[in-house]
Amino acid sequence: MSEPHQNEGMVEQEAPPALNPQDTERFNQLVLPHLDSAFNLARWLVRNRTDAQDVTQDAMLRAYRFFGGFHGGDARAWLLQIVRNSCFSWMEKNRRPEQEAEFNEEVHVPNSITPEALAIASNNRERLTRALETLPPRFREVLVLRELEGCSYKEIAAITSIPIGTVMSALSRARQQLQVALTSPSREEAAREL
Amino acid sequence: MSCELPRTMIHGYLDGELDAMRAAEFERHLEQCPECVTALESQESLRSSLQRAELYEKAPAELREKVLSSLRPARPIPFAARRRQNTIAQWLAIAAVLLLLLYSGWRLFPGLGQKNNQTALAAQIVDAHLRSLEPGHLTDVISTDQHTVKPWFDGKLDFAPPVQDFAGDGFPLTGGRLDVVGGRTVAALVYGRRKHFVNVFIWPSGNSDTAPSSGSQQGYHWIAWQKNGMAFWAVSDTAAADLDDLQRLLSR
Repeated sequence: MSEPHQNEGMVEQEAPPALNPQDTERFNQLVLPHLDSAFNLARWLVRNRTDAQDVTQDAMLRAYRFFGGFHGGDARAWLLQIVRNSCFSWMEKNRRPEQEAEFNEEVHVPNSITPEALAIASNNRERLTRALETLPPRFREVLVLRELEGCSYKEIAAITSIPIGTVMSALSRARQQLQVALTSPSREEAAREL
Repeated sequence: MSCELPRTMIHGYLDGELDAMRAAEFERHLEQCPECVTALESQESLRSSLQRAELYEKAPAELREKVLSSLRPARPIPFAARRRQNTIAQWLAIAAVLLLLLYSGWRLFPGLGQKNNQTALAAQIVDAHLRSLEPGHLTDVISTDQHTVKPWFDGKLDFAPPVQDFAGDGFPLTGGRLDVVGGRTVAALVYGRRKHFVNVFIWPSGNSDTAPSSGSQQGYHWIAWQKNGMAFWAVSDTAAADLDDLQRLLSR
């Protein structure tokens, strides 16, 4: 008796619904300005600019179709929530082997990492990019939202649907892992090879 | 001597998310804990490296154009631009044709209206789910204890929704709230599923039991069924199979 899943088709093939002129105007004013934020989050989640463009465009169309459900508040957080959901669906469908690895929450930063060693290791854009890309998606997500997008804990909680009380510990674990990835290149390279 | 403060405090401090009292407390702690001073320095240096590396990537012009052009056809032709000479007679004729079409559609496909109802309701349910994810909207009563959540609904609703915790089966109850679906007040139970939330909307429908039907909208899955005269709708961004599991637990 189960009904077929509805609206499963790719959004981009459907014509966007006609919002009334006021809503279209509101969408253009409130949501479109956050296209950079949307793309930046997608780029770091799917880790590829071409795919990020597709996912972002898909998410913008979803946002447009769904704008009736936006009842004011933080438009950037509202949009980024849709973007991250689109990214996670995309990653689910296009899973690469290294994403199978469950993130190890028990990683501790060895005491030997001094701020100086870390400064040297992280003083290289290429290396930082690779280190960030080796982190599990949920860690990349909180780091990008906090460090690149400048989101508050409250906004991060709204976008990622994790309880606000655990944002701090998620960031703490994400930063520890980033430190480890930066200062142990062999491990980082090994993860890339997979 | 090992520091007794939770490691996460450093991050709250670094991000300016501690309240004034806890921040002052942490600063006092820093004066006597070299371990935390070092850890904070590491974090500050990591942050400035991230800033310096300019990792933020703006949307390429190509994407901006694609997005704009995909939205453009949707813009309705402004009414003001049309000739306003449409007479009432024209509108009446259109209305008559529509009524006729609706009536014949209903005669030909009696089940059609019901299905459209369900699609419309599904859209409302997904809306309600999204609304609930806005900060501070998810739960009015936060508790993992069904014996706290259930009495909370007393006096707020004219029916008693079944409230059960399924933590043992991977669906911990995290709380409940009142919501509005289809113009009526309904009970919303919130279950956790790994990092996701599932909203279960419940209201009395007086209908006889039905097998579950499911679907998805905007990437959110839903599953709906009737049991003991109540309508149940579960919705989430978690996998559809998870919702099937929860449905079985709820109808046990």
